[in-house]
Formats: sequence, C-alpha cells, structure tokens
Amino acid sequence: MREISLHLLDIAENSVAAQSRNICIEIHEDHKNDLLTVRVTDDGRGMSEETAKQVLDPFYTTRTTRKVGLGIPLLKLAAEMAEGGLSLVTESGKGTKVEAHFRNSHIDRMPLGDVAVTFLTLLISYPHIHWVFDYRITDHNGESYEYNFDDTELKVELGDMPMTEPDILKFVRSMFEEGIEALVRQTVI
Amino acid sequence: MPAIKSLEELKRVREEALQKKQMKAVAGNVQVIVAMGTCGIAAGARDTMKSVLNFIETNNLSGVSVTQTGCMGMCEQEPILQVVIGENSKVTYGKVNAEVAAQIMKQHVQNGTPVKDYVLPI
Repeated sequence: MREISLHLLDIAENSVAAQSRNICIEIHEDHKNDLLTVRVTDDGRGMSEETAKQVLDPFYTTRTTRKVGLGIPLLKLAAEMAEGGLSLVTESGKGTKVEAHFRNSHIDRMPLGDVAVTFLTLLISYPHIHWVFDYRITDHNGESYEYNFDDTELKVELGDMPMTEPDILKFVRSMFEEGIEALVRQTVI
Repeated sequence: MPAIKSLEELKRVREEALQKKQMKAVAGNVQVIVAMGTCGIAAGARDTMKSVLNFIETNNLSGVSVTQTGCMGMCEQEPILQVVIGENSKVTYGKVNAEVAAQIMKQHVQNGTPVKDYVLPI
C-alpha cells in the first residue's frame, strides 16, 4: 500500500465483511501535536479476545481463498514505521474499532493520499451501509477545521435512484472532492 | 461546512437522472464488479474502480451497477474485474489497471465484445 487512504479502504472492507450496518471513518491531522490519527469504527460482528490477538498475525484470516490476512498487520507496520502504532478494540457481537496513529512529520509516514476516492468507492459499492466520514485538521495554533459527511440526507433524497447513474455519480464525486479541497484550503499549516 | 453541497441541487440532478434513465432502458442489467481484497487494493484496485466510475460519468452511461467482491484466491492476477451483462455468464478479467478498465468499459460494457487479452480462464 502506498497511501494511508488505501489502508482505510482495506480496513473498512473488513468492517463490511463483518456485516456492519454503520461504519465511521475518521481522519485527524493534528499539526499542533504532530500526530495523524485514523480510525475505522463499525457495529459489525466483532471479535472475541482471542481472535483479536490473532488478527495482528499475518497468518490469521477468516477468508478461505488464501491463507494469509495482511490488512491489519500492514497498517500496523506502516504506523510503527512512523513512530506510531495500532490499537484494536473489539467485542464479540458489538463491533470493532481499529485506530492507527503516526507521527505526522515523520519521514517514513505514508502520504494520506486520495481520501475522496476512498470515500466515493465505499459509498458507491455498499449503498446499504450507513457511512459517516469525518476529516479533521488541527493547525499549529490548535484551531480545528472539519469535513463531516453523513450519508443519511443524501440517501433520503436519492430514494431508489442508484448512485452509479452518471449525473448522480458526478454530484457525489464532486461533493467529496470539493469538500475535502475546501477543508485543506482553509487550513493554513 | 455543509456535508452535502446543496440538497436543492441534488433534487434537480436526481430528477434529470430519472428522466434520462427512463429514456435509456439498457438491454439487460449490466454489472461491473471490482475485487477489493487487501491484495486487490495493494495492486491498484482503487484506481481500477476510479477508472470505471470515471468512464460512466464521462460517457453518460446509464444503468450500470458497480459493486465489489473480496479476494478470489488469484492474488497474482489482481486487480481483478468482472463483467456480467444480462443473462450472459460472468467474464473475469485479470491485471486490470486503470487503462485496461477503460478499455473493458468501452469495448465490453458499452459494445458487448469482451476484451480477450485480459480474460482469465476460469
């Protein structure tokens, strides 16, 4: 993986596979504390304590098509390379929260990459899931700016109109692109 | 900052899309599936997805549903993309980068001819 936003896509796929109904992705770029934190929270089937320990091991996976599961170990490695780490909070039947933090200015911190495409891909591919995306930037003075997207309003308005209809797709894509661009633009770092 | 640009605008866009969709009832359902396991994503599946969506948008292609699947056990062939048109059987493609995806969208999804060079023998 070359971007943190690709890891986020990958971890969110786990949440989908765990039959979540609500998935929240948070990104917090904190320049005051030189910290980048990303978090994926779901209300899927969760894991037992024993399984939670195993998912950090690349040779554990729930899939049957191959024998290694690299998603979480790869993110953990990426975080540790940038003086950060990964934490996993989960409860069987309740859901899972995966959080990774990085020292933001670390030379080995992967770029965040194209957050808008990650959001778009998830929203379009899994319309039955309730998505919440939150991207927050805190500048050196501790001032915070935020882009928050909750798909509820959008879906009520769309009804049964698929998001892959070209006009709708254009609307949703530019909504993410413009929202994130505006967030980055208004934050002076 | 409001999350949705403008609900009014969305209403208008939705009405327009609804009319176009009715005018252009596609022959059979078209489904494009992108494999997005860890292997797929690491191999560039998000770019493949972006290319598919971009094609739909720029060519005004109505009636295509885009979904995902996980790892299919052929990680060395990722990014993998599948196309199902109507009652035809599923066609599976391997090593589908953004360029190949655009080619598949044009030749197969739009014109009905599979792109033989990238079809996986499964």
